[in-house]
Amino acid sequence: MERASAKTKIILTRTLFFLLFVYSFGFASAKIIHVGNSYPFKSIKKAVAIAQAGDSIIIQKGIYKEGNIVISKSISLVGEHEAILDGEHKFEILTISANNFLVSGITFQNSGYSSMNDFASIKVIDASAFIIENNNINNAHFAIHVSNSHHFTIENNLIKGYPGEEQSTGNGIHLWKCNNATILSNHIYGHRDGIYFEFVTQSTVASNMSEKNIRYGLHFMFSNNDYYTGNTFSDNGAGVAVMFSQHIQMTQNKFQFNRGGSAYGLLLKEISDGAILENTFSNNTIGIYMEGTNRILVKKNKFQSNGFALRVQASCSDNTIENNNFIANTFDIATNGSLVLNTFNGNYWDKYRGYDLNHDGKGDVPFHPLSMYAMIIEQNPVAFLFLRSFMVILLDETEKTIPSITPENFRDDTPYMKPFQL
Amino acid sequence: MIIANEITKTFGKLKALNKVSLTLSKGETISLIGSNASGKTTFIKCLLGMVIPDTGTISFNNQNILNTWQYRSSIGYMPQIAHYPDNMNIGQIFDMLHDLRKQSATDADTELITSFGLNRFMNKSMRTLSGGTRQKVSAAIAFLFHPQVLILDEPTAGLDPLSSELLKEKIRKEKEQGKLILITSHILSDLDDLVTQVIYLQEGEIIFHKNISQLRSETNEEKLSRVIAAIMKNNNSQND
Amino acid sequence: MIKLVKYVIIDILRSKVIFAYTLFLLATSLSIFSLEDNPAKGLLSMLNIILIIVPLVSLIFSTIYMYNASEFIHLLVSQPLKRTQILIGLYAGICISLLIAFTVGAAVPVLLLEGSATAYIMSFAGLALTSVFVSLAILSSVITRDKAKGIGMALLMWLYFSLLYDGLLLLLMFQFSDYPLEKPMLVFCALNPVDLARVLILLKMDISALMGYTGAIFNQFFGTNAGIISAASIMLLWIILPLLIAVKKFNKKDL
Repeated sequence: MERASAKTKIILTRTLFFLLFVYSFGFASAKIIHVGNSYPFKSIKKAVAIAQAGDSIIIQKGIYKEGNIVISKSISLVGEHEAILDGEHKFEILTISANNFLVSGITFQNSGYSSMNDFASIKVIDASAFIIENNNINNAHFAIHVSNSHHFTIENNLIKGYPGEEQSTGNGIHLWKCNNATILSNHIYGHRDGIYFEFVTQSTVASNMSEKNIRYGLHFMFSNNDYYTGNTFSDNGAGVAVMFSQHIQMTQNKFQFNRGGSAYGLLLKEISDGAILENTFSNNTIGIYMEGTNRILVKKNKFQSNGFALRVQASCSDNTIENNNFIANTFDIATNGSLVLNTFNGNYWDKYRGYDLNHDGKGDVPFHPLSMYAMIIEQNPVAFLFLRSFMVILLDETEKTIPSITPENFRDDTPYMKPFQL
Repeated sequence: MIIANEITKTFGKLKALNKVSLTLSKGETISLIGSNASGKTTFIKCLLGMVIPDTGTISFNNQNILNTWQYRSSIGYMPQIAHYPDNMNIGQIFDMLHDLRKQSATDADTELITSFGLNRFMNKSMRTLSGGTRQKVSAAIAFLFHPQVLILDEPTAGLDPLSSELLKEKIRKEKEQGKLILITSHILSDLDDLVTQVIYLQEGEIIFHKNISQLRSETNEEKLSRVIAAIMKNNNSQND
Repeated sequence: MIKLVKYVIIDILRSKVIFAYTLFLLATSLSIFSLEDNPAKGLLSMLNIILIIVPLVSLIFSTIYMYNASEFIHLLVSQPLKRTQILIGLYAGICISLLIAFTVGAAVPVLLLEGSATAYIMSFAGLALTSVFVSLAILSSVITRDKAKGIGMALLMWLYFSLLYDGLLLLLMFQFSDYPLEKPMLVFCALNPVDLARVLILLKMDISALMGYTGAIFNQFFGTNAGIISAASIMLLWIILPLLIAVKKFNKKDL
């Protein structure tokens, strides 16, 4: 359902753009301006200067070092194979403030860095109805920076950064105060945040690959009613961080290999009313970290080979965790208190060793997913060294037989005997 | 050939050997006798390097044996009770010893193997053997490598009369070849006629070490057992 | 010496105990990997076998073998052989036999059925622990003359290395939880062969968890070449040192 509506939304937006283009071509007799060594126009800046709304500028193969190109017209800027715009480590390459434009097929490299301004390879301000697609952005501070805009698509761009310190590295795709944006099938690599949303609403992030970013693969701040699906977040500081946001839908994403001291597959902080459905969390230090999280449904996800599948802090309430698979995690659950205001129900836990006498597929005795040793580690992290030692196994078994430390109501009353087919 | 000089060995409070000095020469067949715990076996083990004396030295062919092992290739030893790896058969035990001593099987002395009829048991595993058969194996091993010195600890103890006679015959042959043979035994009668010297140990000390002819003349007894009995009697009455 | 090793191996490989041990390992490894649809769970069972059963069997089997072979050792000592060679030959013979049993019963099936990096490090750990605990068993059998005492000592060693040591460290950790204990604890862990093997396996099996808070120090130490070399040398020391002491004692021992 969710997914279908997202697809429809994408198709609708794109049809809208198409109609807008046809409309503008229809009005002015749109012309094509070629730029390149073999054409009268050698400079993109000059071509932009004479272009009118609806015109297309086609850039021939070559390296163009023209500093900052500013566009405020509804035009198309299209690169031929190996059309490279170079910022010489000094300039913001493209600054656009217009409705109804297209940037496509261009390679941007070496845009400048300034500690005062957020220099970007492509910066868009106060715009709408535009497409940025099929570009190759290399070694940028910010790659694509969009603010105060709406109804646009950023699709199929390849963005590769060379991260330094967290403060001096920019985001891959940075959206500020936008709505109805579609971020589709981009590949982002080596930035601070792969994709960053601040005050962004009604937007979709789908089928992107975000990896090896030094902070987050995807980051929501104060953004509501957004939807992300089918993305892969691999080997980032944290896969996705959702903070101070509401009604975020998260489905069918892959969160993997986000490992390290404070690394999470998914970090939830002060968020409410969303759903986490059918995702795969594998090989993360912590699969999902929840803090101040309320009324979230976590369902039909697969948690496999994580350090901790879920860390649910005591500040979370009314979350429902059901029908998930917990397989081969070092720990299934960790928490920092004894207060339990969340519901665990009908999950498959591979550590469950109960029986099912009435053969209804559900175990007859409840499962306590929080182990005593996990609580010891919580208070005394050095105890990690004794993981899987005979001593710890005995301690855990004793605790299971005679519970004394672990909270009694932290339990799944209907644990499934077999994993769900997810 | 073997010279022991002031050998002392204590196990805890027990003085097993107390300043024992002995000279054992080539060609002699010496009976080492004494009551239980008199130090016989400890002395033999000292000769073999299995027990290391607290003080004193032992030399073999004028070589101090301390911390050496090569001299043992000239000694054939038959222990009182022998156990062998359970899962090996007799044939493998012989093969192993040939292997370990790097001496080929062709020039080995297999006379006892043949006369004891051990050939028939070559494939029998050691675990299934009777005590007597194990003794036969031990005896065969002691003679296997033509040693210059034979040390036999209670050699006839577990053997049937026939085998005992066969072993005695073998000892006689070796004696005739001029080897040094050291036998401990408390049943003396069956070795009487072989022995040329007697060493008598008591509580770790040598009471005497004499030629058999000398002993006979001193005690006016013909049979060795009687000789010994006479001496022990004498000794005891002195102690009392 | 090599010949002695050969005959000891021939002797041991024919014993029913070693056959039962191999069969037990084989049955366990086959059943946990073929019945369990979750290979991670199989590896976990395997981990417990390697950390608990392998040291126990290595210790007890070797100690009993040494006592049962005492007359055989007497025979060997009366032969023109060096005592050092006899003891090392016995060690090598027992050790190789147990290594063969472990390889056939556990390592090969695990590598064939699982074949992950964890399976490799587990097989390596099993082989290393076997070698270490045979060495410790030789030492205990050389030190004590009495069979019952020797077996008791072997059991105590097992209890100490697999349970008491960790218990003591945990106690220490709780007592001094206000102090920065990460480094000393890591060193203490590395000094126990069972803990060292466990930590090396964890580095593959639970890497996701270990890269969390305390994980940094694990990786900093064991993740580097220097760490791997020091881990391997500590294992090697645990094999060589007890054997060296045993040889020294054996050379002066009255048999």
